[in-house]
Amino acid sequence: MFSFDLLANGLVAGILLGGFYAAVAIGLAITFGQLDIVNIAHPAFVIAGSYAAWILNSRFGLDPVLIGVMVAPVFFFVGAAIYRIYYAAFERTGQESLSGLAFFFGVMFIIEVVLILVYGVDYRLVSAGYIGDTIQVGVVGIPLRMLVPFAVATALTAGIYLYLSRTFMGRAILAVAQDRLALQLMGADPVRIKQFAFGLAIATTAIAGSLLIIIGPVEPSVGRLYIGRVFAIVVLGGMGSIPGMFIAAMILGVAESLVATFMGPSWAPAVAFGLLLLTLAIRPSGLFGRQ
Amino acid sequence: MSDALKGFLQMGGRALGALIVAFALATVADPAAAQKKPIKIGFSMALTGGLAGAGKAALIGMEIWRDDVNKQGGLLGRPVEFVYYDDATQPAKVPGIYSKLLDVDKVDLVVSSYGTNEIAPAMPIVMRKKLVFPSLFGLAVNEEFKYDRYFQIMPSGPEPKTDWSRGFFELAMAQKSKPRTIAIVAADAEFALNAAAGARENAKKFGLNIVYDKTYPPATTDFTPIVRAIQATNPDIVYVGSYPPDSTGMVKAANEVGLKTKLFGGGMVGLQFAAIQKNLGPMLNGIVNYDFWVPEPTLNFPGVNEFLAKYKAAAKDKGVDPLGHYLPPFAYAYLQVLGQSVEAVKSLDQAKLAAHMHQTTFDTVVGKVKFGKNGEWARSRVLFVQFRDVKPDNLEQFAGPGKRIVLHPKEWKSGDIVYPYKQ
Repeated sequence: MFSFDLLANGLVAGILLGGFYAAVAIGLAITFGQLDIVNIAHPAFVIAGSYAAWILNSRFGLDPVLIGVMVAPVFFFVGAAIYRIYYAAFERTGQESLSGLAFFFGVMFIIEVVLILVYGVDYRLVSAGYIGDTIQVGVVGIPLRMLVPFAVATALTAGIYLYLSRTFMGRAILAVAQDRLALQLMGADPVRIKQFAFGLAIATTAIAGSLLIIIGPVEPSVGRLYIGRVFAIVVLGGMGSIPGMFIAAMILGVAESLVATFMGPSWAPAVAFGLLLLTLAIRPSGLFGRQ
Repeated sequence: MSDALKGFLQMGGRALGALIVAFALATVADPAAAQKKPIKIGFSMALTGGLAGAGKAALIGMEIWRDDVNKQGGLLGRPVEFVYYDDATQPAKVPGIYSKLLDVDKVDLVVSSYGTNEIAPAMPIVMRKKLVFPSLFGLAVNEEFKYDRYFQIMPSGPEPKTDWSRGFFELAMAQKSKPRTIAIVAADAEFALNAAAGARENAKKFGLNIVYDKTYPPATTDFTPIVRAIQATNPDIVYVGSYPPDSTGMVKAANEVGLKTKLFGGGMVGLQFAAIQKNLGPMLNGIVNYDFWVPEPTLNFPGVNEFLAKYKAAAKDKGVDPLGHYLPPFAYAYLQVLGQSVEAVKSLDQAKLAAHMHQTTFDTVVGKVKFGKNGEWARSRVLFVQFRDVKPDNLEQFAGPGKRIVLHPKEWKSGDIVYPYKQ
């Protein structure tokens, strides 16, 4: 069944899928990778982002991506507020490991239940002019439903990377990830920096959510399907490395797509996670992690 | 405290005591009053989690039945009450729920949750207590248990695995240019695997060469690689067994890739739901998929339109399927079967109820229901419908006839197939 057409299409589909995975995982690369916060509720925030896109798309006909960008500041403040609660209740008292995990489990359930109570459990979808269209480049067909999320995810990743590496606040976030005490000794407030970083991470979920609902239907509990995958991407990328996360997402996307094309889709997760184990066996700190 | 107030309280206390004694005496003395104790029907239901969309819609249908029955004086002169718990679409929770319903809540009757995965875990508990078990949309659950008090309302037929897809194959083989090859793709989950197994058997029976036969994991995001791999095998027909998010992904991918085949569809769950129909719009045109009830003139059973009108009103703003064609009428009907049986045998005796349910043809909102030996419908009524003339972004178009034409079985047919499949 092997053919060049299939290989080319499988590769392109994998890269596009990887881009989407990167958009979902980038926030977690900040919270889990850099801030050491096991935010298990991350996919639930993504679903909340999808619901925001659905509400504004169905009421006002706005483009889902535009909605994602518009509501990102709201998500930022929600994220910052949640970090404050997390800090006051757990981090300050040194109970962040187990109790903090339980806290984020709770946040996840609260988000799901609120969505169920307010909007019900029916599947939600959005309309946009590009959904359903495909552009043909030679033998490769590129569905816009996947291309738009890829383009937005790439821009988002580049933006976050530049922000973290070129701005004062960005460098402060990287510094707090490396040595909180040293930062404190230099007169900076690590709690404020972490609060900002957590808000930034949650803001990215608004955009990721809008991309998810472009690709397929969403219901309140669908985020759970992504928990394993996004954590795997962050670990594979090297815990907090943004370029590493992006490449890891690409590897996972391409592996899934090629395996689904040539071996059968049921092998895709096994091969993708096998790849993760293999990488970690060779490089325990991930692709771009510090040794 | 003043003497007047003390006196008043003492008098009040005595009066209350007298009232309690009088009530107790009246209850003991009047057996009719004791009989007014409600009949409790217990069940678990998927009210959160992956199947919640269907579960909540089913619950609305069930509540309409309960209210209808109670308005008419209840069952055996006793009001009907539901005791139910959310199983969160987690099969592991189901055994605990049924144990609690039977041992703590002491329900009189039980019915199932929605779906194969949620029904099967309840079976051992229900069987131990020898209860009749009307069940809601389980595919081939009783094949292993062989329980003689199991009654399944989905019209999949006496051999559910193969009956489920038989119509799809009969339709394909009845065409002038007969198909020779088939691709089968299904989700890696109980229902879809059963559907695919049945399709495989049917393919062999009809002499079709299976050129693609794969499953995919439930968390699949992008279906274009799967559809391309299917297209590479150039199958004459494509049978899909999938759940709602995957069905949407599969239909979109088929349109984006430009899938070329003669017949596409089969066992896609979700294409019956109004929100998904509205979103997919014209992408649905030409797909032939299973269904159980559609608003075609051939299926206008007594009471179904009245039920749907009540459902539509009750479902408004509840975030469930606004039209409710797929599951709610059957959720109403499986309780109709139970209710009619209780009234007929005039007791809650489980053996008598089971015997009655085996012998009787029931009149329900989904038509006449007759169960076979294994508790499935004695005759299959899995409809195969073809989407036609679907316009974009219009939900109301699906409320009336003309959009889902019944092609099979002949008895309920409302139009002819458009073949081969064209996008």
